[in-house]
Amino acid sequence: MSTYDTLRHFADKWGLLFMLLVFVAAVLWVYRPGARASYRAQGDIPFKHDERPAQEQPPRDQTPGRGE
Amino acid sequence: MGMAQAGILFLIALVAVIASVKAHDMQFAVHMGLVALIALGAAVWRLRTMDVSGKRVPVRDRPDGYMDEVIRYGAVATVGWGVVGFLVGVFIAFQLAFPHLNLEPYFNFARLRPLHTSAVVFAFGGNALICTSFYVVQRTTGARLFGGGLPWFVFWGYQLFIVLAATGYLLGVTQSREYAEPEWYIDLWLTIVWVAYLVVFLGTIAKRKEPHIYVANWFYLAFIVTIAMLHVINNLAVPVSFLGSKSYSAFSGVQDALTQWWYGHNAVGFFLTAGFLGMMYYFIPKQAERPVYSYRLSIVHFWSLIFLYIWAGPHHLHYTALPDWAQTLGMVFSVMLWMPSWGGMINGLMTLSGAWDKLRTDPVIRMMVIAVAFYGMSTFEGPMMSIKAVNSLSHYTDWTIGHVHSGALGWVGMISFGAIYFLVPKLWFRPRLYSVRLVSWHFWLATIGIVLYAASMWVSGIMQGLMWREYNQEGFLVYSFVETVAAMHPYYIIRALGGTLYLAGGLIMAFNIYKTIRGDLRQETPIGAAVEPAE
Repeated sequence: MSTYDTLRHFADKWGLLFMLLVFVAAVLWVYRPGARASYRAQGDIPFKHDERPAQEQPPRDQTPGRGE
Repeated sequence: MGMAQAGILFLIALVAVIASVKAHDMQFAVHMGLVALIALGAAVWRLRTMDVSGKRVPVRDRPDGYMDEVIRYGAVATVGWGVVGFLVGVFIAFQLAFPHLNLEPYFNFARLRPLHTSAVVFAFGGNALICTSFYVVQRTTGARLFGGGLPWFVFWGYQLFIVLAATGYLLGVTQSREYAEPEWYIDLWLTIVWVAYLVVFLGTIAKRKEPHIYVANWFYLAFIVTIAMLHVINNLAVPVSFLGSKSYSAFSGVQDALTQWWYGHNAVGFFLTAGFLGMMYYFIPKQAERPVYSYRLSIVHFWSLIFLYIWAGPHHLHYTALPDWAQTLGMVFSVMLWMPSWGGMINGLMTLSGAWDKLRTDPVIRMMVIAVAFYGMSTFEGPMMSIKAVNSLSHYTDWTIGHVHSGALGWVGMISFGAIYFLVPKLWFRPRLYSVRLVSWHFWLATIGIVLYAASMWVSGIMQGLMWREYNQEGFLVYSFVETVAAMHPYYIIRALGGTLYLAGGLIMAFNIYKTIRGDLRQETPIGAAVEPAE
């Protein structure tokens, strides 16, 4: 078999499988139990540092969160 | 510092003059002359504004605050280039309807068309992406832009790229690659600017004060990195001479075609989609004053988009010399893109859940929402058109043009307008826009313009496709090519009218932004304000 064929078959078997597994792992990781609060806090990042750069310790718990 | 910079600029001007004198063709000579003039002007400006005393205090941009002056320039450039790009678009739309408007040689359709696409995609869209990404990355990392004066180099370097590309098109400098027409020396310059952009963006993320990298930054970063890769590989070429404007591609035949559409489709996927999704994930939550509907969904949106988009390019080469399996691959991945696109659309729209009343009172959020709706529509239409059976009808017809414009005018344009309307009052410390009611005017003019554009191109494109494939009983084609062109004339006029409305909306925006920057406030009843109670 030519190099082209070898590479092509490698890509559409193992390459495809590898990428699919990485993707499935990423999705499962995002929906892992117990991460809800952490992701909700990340969603609030745009409301934190509007006026000036953060000081060393970013101020917390003063952002408009959902469900308040 | 200022002295050294002026010296370098003088040196660049000198080298450019020599290159201009020794140039192999007129176009290269003109371009190097232009570079020399700009470098000379910049050197003089640098000397005149140099801080000789070393005691000057910056007024608006304190060194310990955010670096916003470059974003102000970017916002103005976005509006300015936007109007230019729309204007050229309207003009070439009228050229198609009335061929007498082709003013040869510099202003014929062939030269103005890439001017239009580059002006709207790279000048308008690119400036919108660069300035909003600088704004968003600072606000979501809590850190000042990295790199000292480097963001200024990115801004001015990018404008120089636009000017060289645009003047080049008019002079006939093109390497004939769609959305990548600029020749080798302009490509090299853009590569330098783009690497500087990547350094600024990554550097700011590296020194972030916020432990998490907000999702908008992921989208912006994917856009910057992927465009760097696409730009370098698609533009691999051998110049005929070092002082001439002509080059030849490193690829040939079907490999060349696939490289071009791998670039071309991912310019859509990563420039016009991923970058503007970064905008969506910051500015919609900000304008709606509530966090994104599902942060988890936004991460899934990001990774699925990244995994799928890069494979979709071959759908531009259905029924060509490209191997059949590659065509099918492009089609399958395009169809799979339905899911992340619609997941993202739902995420953007549902961010307003519980605040839908804002749609009635806030035309800026209305603009952002219709942008997301158009994102949904064009990402539904695109996969459908990538299916081979549909493509056999739609390909090479105006349907494609209509599809691109529902994405470009609807999604890219509207989300950028929304971001600009959000940014300008904040950047210039104004209590609000000059006039919120003018935003409503802009919204409706633009929306009706898009509807006219897309609807006329559907009819025209499907008619064109059907006429091309019409056989009679003897197996002869029923229509000659010119008959199809004549049949499309009324739709070309409708399209040009739609574009005119969109341009009018753009002009209203430019006026509104100009007045806002000046600090004027129009006295007007707020939209949705309580009407005088009946006696």
